[in-house]
Amino acid sequence: MLEVTGLKAGYNRVEVLRGVDISIRPKEIVALLGSNGVGKTTFIATLSGLIQSWSGEITFKGQDITRTDAASIVDLGLIQVPEGRHIFPNLTVQENLVLGSYRRGRKARSANLERVLETFPRLRERIRQKAATMSGGEQQMLAIGRGMMAEPELLILDEPSLGLSPLLVEEMFELIVELNKQGMTILLVEQNVHLSLEISNRGFVMENGAIKLTGTAKELLDNPDLQKSYLGV
Amino acid sequence: MINFSILLPSILNGLTTGALYALVALGLTLIYGVLHIINFAHGALLMVAMYLVYFLYKLFGLDPYLALLVVPAAMFVIGYVLQRTIIGNASHGRDENILLVTLGLSIVIENLALFFFASDTQVVDTPYAFDVVELFGAFLPVPKVIAFVGALLTALALWLLMGWTDLGRAIRALARERKGARLVGINVDHIFAMSFGIGIGVLGIAACLLLPTYYVYPQVGHGFVLIAFTIVVLGGMGSFIGALLGGFIIGVVEAVGGLVLGESLGQIGIFVIFILVLLFRPQGLLGHRA
Repeated sequence: MLEVTGLKAGYNRVEVLRGVDISIRPKEIVALLGSNGVGKTTFIATLSGLIQSWSGEITFKGQDITRTDAASIVDLGLIQVPEGRHIFPNLTVQENLVLGSYRRGRKARSANLERVLETFPRLRERIRQKAATMSGGEQQMLAIGRGMMAEPELLILDEPSLGLSPLLVEEMFELIVELNKQGMTILLVEQNVHLSLEISNRGFVMENGAIKLTGTAKELLDNPDLQKSYLGV
Repeated sequence: MINFSILLPSILNGLTTGALYALVALGLTLIYGVLHIINFAHGALLMVAMYLVYFLYKLFGLDPYLALLVVPAAMFVIGYVLQRTIIGNASHGRDENILLVTLGLSIVIENLALFFFASDTQVVDTPYAFDVVELFGAFLPVPKVIAFVGALLTALALWLLMGWTDLGRAIRALARERKGARLVGINVDHIFAMSFGIGIGVLGIAACLLLPTYYVYPQVGHGFVLIAFTIVVLGGMGSFIGALLGGFIIGVVEAVGGLVLGESLGQIGIFVIFILVLLFRPQGLLGHRA
């Protein structure tokens, strides 16, 4: 579904991605792991067309999207829920969700909205409230709900569990499995290595702007290097 | 000394003038709200719109009110193209650069107008320019009443546009959260240009409503923009209702001030208010604290 080869990108003249290779198959949950500052967020920003890559190639559903603009990438169904939510604080919950379907037909909207509100009953209660007035957990739900409104085929979730209480973190991971069952392919960018690998099919470990380690979730969980550096075993 | 029968017409007159100020301020506040810049070219573009109305009348005999069908649309296109070509590109995404680019634009536009149209004041002679209508015992010029209604309708239309359309939601979303906007597929350059275009299009409406009672010359924008800027600060940066309310307050203060202090000193009140607002409520009447 997604093929990335030799992707290089950065900011100004600083190279952050030094040749990333990743492939994601349809209906998978794939974890992208790595500590702070290794380039995970830069990588997915490049996937979404927020920053232009320097070299390398990205194909999505067989189509070359290396030079495609952010809006057209949304059209194709590659949707990102960014770290830090980036919801629209001055808009109501409903307006935030409706804007999630900005690039979709009006007909699809009410159906999408209903599906999101089924998934997040809490958002239905707050539908007329300004997004800024909600708690962190609710804002995270809104961010994911807004992503769902765009009918994602590949949903990229950047640190969805960040800043959530342990109970909410559990719920968040259950939700991700649920979204995957609904047919979405998921790229999960997480620092919570253990929980992410438990629900993922495969994982990639990024270090210094390149993929250092890859394998099935089980292989990675059993990998002694990974256990030492990330799982604290 | 001043009784109600003099005060009322003065207040009503102030409200009608204030409505026109509000129109100029509405575009300014929209552009500020989204692009986070004070558009220094606002006055120059108002002047361009007024000359458009004037020449449509002069060359084709088009009534200023009929020009409402043409001039706002033309100004919208001018605004859209300016943002998409000159302002957006020359600013390299930095707010302080946009400020300077619009300032430069205003100087270029005004001097072009001076060069081509000379500094003579031009008027549009309409048969209804001196018609009056009686309201609560006060006599008001018909064009000013029309301008008042037109300003209210424009504010209402803007409010509906911003609140109930995809475009409006996208504009408001982009104003506060650029990354989130890009991730839902909002085309940033296009929406910036749409906002600028709408703000400038409103100037086209203002020009059509102004000319039956006003005149045009290359620096005509200065006075209006100074007042519009005061209104935007008074009402709260980026607030539509604030701009409308601020416009009415400024219009009435100017008119009543003129009545009490004499015509030429009427504007003193505006700047007294401006300074008081900056001192005691810097976020404006309906604005939010930064």
